[in-house]
Amino acid sequence: MTASTTIAKAPARPRRPKGQRVGRAVRDYGSLAGLLFLLLVMFLPFLIITINAIKSPAEYSTNGPLALPSGVYLTGIINFWNRIDFTTCLINSMVISLSVAILSTILSLLNGFALGIGRMRGTVWLLVFFMIANMLPNEAIAYPLYYFAKFLHIYDTQLAVIIIFTVIQSAFGTYLLASVLRPFPREVLDAARVDGCNKLQLLIRIVAPVSKPSLLVFFAFSFIWTWNEFFLPLIMLPDNSKQTVPIAISVLQGQNFMDATTTASSALLGVLPCILFFLLFQRTLTKGIMAGSLK
Amino acid sequence: MESRKAIKRKGSSLDSGYWVFLLPGLVMFLLVIILPFVVTIGISFTKWNGVTTPKFIGLDNYATAMGDTAFWTSFQNNLSLILAMVVIPTILGLLLAGLLFSYIAPRFGVRAANFFRAGFYLPQVMPVAIAGVVWGWILAPDGALNALLQAIGLGMLSHDWLGDGGTALFSIMGMMIWFQVGFPLVIFFTALQRTDPALAEAASLDGASPWQSFIHITLPQIRPEVFVVVLVTTIATLKVFGQVYVLTRGGPGVSTLVPSYYVYVNFFTDAKVGYGSAIATIMAAIIIILAAVFISFQSRQDLAEDF
Repeated sequence: MTASTTIAKAPARPRRPKGQRVGRAVRDYGSLAGLLFLLLVMFLPFLIITINAIKSPAEYSTNGPLALPSGVYLTGIINFWNRIDFTTCLINSMVISLSVAILSTILSLLNGFALGIGRMRGTVWLLVFFMIANMLPNEAIAYPLYYFAKFLHIYDTQLAVIIIFTVIQSAFGTYLLASVLRPFPREVLDAARVDGCNKLQLLIRIVAPVSKPSLLVFFAFSFIWTWNEFFLPLIMLPDNSKQTVPIAISVLQGQNFMDATTTASSALLGVLPCILFFLLFQRTLTKGIMAGSLK
Repeated sequence: MESRKAIKRKGSSLDSGYWVFLLPGLVMFLLVIILPFVVTIGISFTKWNGVTTPKFIGLDNYATAMGDTAFWTSFQNNLSLILAMVVIPTILGLLLAGLLFSYIAPRFGVRAANFFRAGFYLPQVMPVAIAGVVWGWILAPDGALNALLQAIGLGMLSHDWLGDGGTALFSIMGMMIWFQVGFPLVIFFTALQRTDPALAEAASLDGASPWQSFIHITLPQIRPEVFVVVLVTTIATLKVFGQVYVLTRGGPGVSTLVPSYYVYVNFFTDAKVGYGSAIATIMAAIIIILAAVFISFQSRQDLAEDF
């Protein structure tokens, strides 16, 4: 906010008096220290969970939750892993999230192509319609979906969850891609037509490759959103062997075998995949958070 | 005029027939979102346990809701959560983004600012239910928070944070501030990068303090982003479910009940599907109104020029 923020290109200014320079240094390093402290507070819950997940129950009961572990004790994590068959949970989450990410990206591209390139009449209203549908609370569609799924004998299957979230996530993707494709140069489309390109070829050969960056941003968001979904998967997947990671871990809380270190292990196992995705998708996500904020 | 028409007609061979591409999306949309939503509204006018034939009772469920303390408490709790999920994170996010943009990035480099930004954003990438598990562990009677209080000699403050109706909601609110703050921070940090440094420079030369310049010069420039953040997080607050499911199941009593969890209980525990549908419909109505405000604002911003 003060002069110091101006970038190097600004014309040279007279040197400031020493007192002011010192003042600014205090201010800058003070902010740095304050922010580092706050960041530590942000990380504290993760640190606490981690040090207790790798503690033995005996050590926990002697030294309490704040003591650092004397060594790395992985038995608690391994026991919990085997008990809830975490491998299956990971596979379930992976299958559902990947399928939804792929299918919803394709569906969004088709919709975005029709609305953005096609510029059909009523496009604005269709987009408003997609956007409102995107914001509807899951509760307002949950019971009929639950009922339909039972009727169609796809209740308690991953297929039901995949279909539902493909549609829910693509509501946002449609909006995103229609906006991205709207300013697509008309000359390119005309040239393609002159070359005898039909619409499907136009979509696959020209529009899809050009919109790849937006498709990737949406793919990453769709994947993480689906991984994190809670209400509908909780309702649609009652069977432990079909549950996703967040559901399987959440429904076990408060059970008898969940002592302090086991609960810490369960929390750590729930957090770790997300940190992995965060590191994996970090650049894509920061690029798209503003776009994704409509969710 | 004539020639323009001709061009338009010529172009129409490519410009029509796009609806085929919209067809799969539109059909799935109608089946998976619109039809269930209409059915929910329909069920809200009935008394139904989910098994027998629904019985039409008109607006009775809505009348019941108006006289139901639990219903009002759930929305009241939601208002409290707005403080924790909208108001405080927005203010904190503004301050932190301002610090990162004005002090950290210029002196310590953009990489340092990006590091902080990513760190504060981290809780946002995990399922809120898992964040609930983490915090449930910390807030447990024999958990880390009470141990910490004892360690620093404030043992008399230790407490069953989630088991006491007086502190349960505050505990969830505390967790949600932690969970939410990264979202406004990231949006505002990006927004600040498009502000005009010359304006702040001029204010500073005129003797404005950094604080005055932030409030009067910078803040008005990023008003659209503030608006987006407030609306998006308000809608997110209405959808709160996972953390309540994991931490308190709405209890003790109704002290942490939220509309979404109340709907869940009515649907799947109490078998009052009609009543649950009425509450879900009310939630949807509130969100649609908020969304309409958002869209009309957004369309003034860019939709109008784009479409």
